[in-house]
Amino acid sequence: MAKLTKEDLKKIKDKVLAKSALKEEGPRARVTVHMGTCGIASGAKEVMSALMAEIADAGIRDVAVTTSGCMGMCSREPLVTVECLGREPIKYERMDAAKMKRVFQEHVLKGEIQTPFALARGEESSE
Amino acid sequence: MEEPMIGSIPTMQEIPFFAHQKLRVLRNRGIIDPGKIEEYIARDGYLGLAKALTEMTPAEIIKEVTASGLRGRGGAGFPTGLKWQFCSQSKGDVKYVLCNADEGDPGAFMDRSVLEADPHAVLEGMVIAARAIGAHYGYIYCRAEYPLAIHQLNIAIAQARECGLLGKDILGTGFDFDLEIYQGAGAFVCGEETALMTSIEGKRGMPRPRPPFPAVAGLWGKPSVLNNVETFASVAQIVLKGAAWYASVGTEKSKGTKVFALTGDVNNVGLVEVPMGTTLRTIVYEIGGGIPGGKKFKAAQLGGPSGGCIPAEHLDASVDYEKVAELGAIMGSGGLIVMNEDKCIVDIARFFIDFCQDESCGKCTPCREGTKRMLQILTGITEGKGREGDIELLQEMAVIIKNSSLCGLGQTAPNPILSTIRYFRDEYEAHIREGRCPAGVCTALKRYTVDAEKCTGCGVCAKVCPTKAAKGEKKQPHEIDQATCIKCGVCMEKCKFEAIFVN
Repeated sequence: MAKLTKEDLKKIKDKVLAKSALKEEGPRARVTVHMGTCGIASGAKEVMSALMAEIADAGIRDVAVTTSGCMGMCSREPLVTVECLGREPIKYERMDAAKMKRVFQEHVLKGEIQTPFALARGEESSE
Repeated sequence: MEEPMIGSIPTMQEIPFFAHQKLRVLRNRGIIDPGKIEEYIARDGYLGLAKALTEMTPAEIIKEVTASGLRGRGGAGFPTGLKWQFCSQSKGDVKYVLCNADEGDPGAFMDRSVLEADPHAVLEGMVIAARAIGAHYGYIYCRAEYPLAIHQLNIAIAQARECGLLGKDILGTGFDFDLEIYQGAGAFVCGEETALMTSIEGKRGMPRPRPPFPAVAGLWGKPSVLNNVETFASVAQIVLKGAAWYASVGTEKSKGTKVFALTGDVNNVGLVEVPMGTTLRTIVYEIGGGIPGGKKFKAAQLGGPSGGCIPAEHLDASVDYEKVAELGAIMGSGGLIVMNEDKCIVDIARFFIDFCQDESCGKCTPCREGTKRMLQILTGITEGKGREGDIELLQEMAVIIKNSSLCGLGQTAPNPILSTIRYFRDEYEAHIREGRCPAGVCTALKRYTVDAEKCTGCGVCAKVCPTKAAKGEKKQPHEIDQATCIKCGVCMEKCKFEAIFVN
């Protein structure tokens, strides 16, 4: 990235928001694995590997995978956020490879939320 | 169309853990990828820096930070703006901005989490501080035992340099500032500011007398500002949204929010950010979800080895710098350990003084020898060797150690003992006078006895006892010889008739 000026910051913001927004032509879903030290210690790397393997097996290209830090509730880690086009994000708690596989198969691919593992829906409020 | 199942899942706002929090320092948690600077920028990142560099003079930055009421989040709570002002007034071409990421309190993980999840927020705050005091170089002192935090920081620093947000001519304004990470080896004393600077200079991390304060003569004798991770992470928002916005939450003297690492005997262990002045009860019972297993709350330990225990009768106290200090603890960097009724308070005090005597650098005799003696006395009490007068001796030593130690480590090391004596003196006395540990934790004070009415004389206890302390005639009530019993508890575990109990 070239050296930025103040004006560039705004352009980057618009570009990132436009690019990361889910849309019909893709990406239509985004899966975020929360990988702070707490998440990794509870098995987030295995969850991430399972997710990548599922995506490779399914041969799909329109699901975005991203990582993020701790979202606060360390005792419910590993946590995974699944966002599908036009729907509220779902936070899944205490994930493992098998649950990740099921969430990917049922929720990401078919749109069926896996309520037994769900912690919450929506996003945290910020100012 | 609303899906049939989704309604059964609560929204984030319906979950007390999230609902009672106010996210400022942690505003990007779980949202951005910390490895991508553009995601931070998309959340208005570096706009505070842009404003500071293009629209404000250094004096205006300091004025804004001072007006916000922000106080150092490392523990002592010194007003950040004032610290910056002192340093800006110090003469010299070379000044330093230092970030204290030497988080070492047992149970604390606020700084690590912020560095892992949002490293740019810390970098942005440091550049703003540099502009305010006229510094062009800085260090982040982070312990080597935080590999992921250091990894994320290194990525963030490289990206910020590439984007011209660190280095020469930041944002094309002509201002230069760069920084590097200095990895500490994990000595607790290096969280003390003068010891931290001595460590960066390549020497053994030991404190030195103040004055001169770092604002006058800090790293390599140059004027320096040292702030904690959370403090720096608060700065950009203050510059961007203004002092009034920041000061709109909190109490009269403690503004803004505070991040706590909530751990111990609490259902929701995690990282929480609440407005200053939130009650301990809200933090423990609403956010923390209460104590597991229906146990009773005994105390909350705030401030780690420098802090103290706040008992149940003060659960409704407002958590702010003044109130917490009044109750005998300190705000500290944000470690909040919840303890249930099964914890022995003498054992807790012993744990913290053990930590301090281990981490004492040894420079001052009262700290080096005093903490060791205090540990011996406390260990004696937990082993049933406590003597009348021990409590008074501990209190007397505490005053001497506090008054005659050079740095914060020694000056605060007796706090956990003093606060536990203040609120739980009866528990100390039970150990000393009655040889009894009310919580049933101290092994040496346990007494296994047989309930003669329930005992059938089956002989199982005698068979499993490794020291033959449990004995008796067949079909007659058995007995446990206290002199040879090693309190292993195996007899109680194996007894089918619940005839053996411990007190």
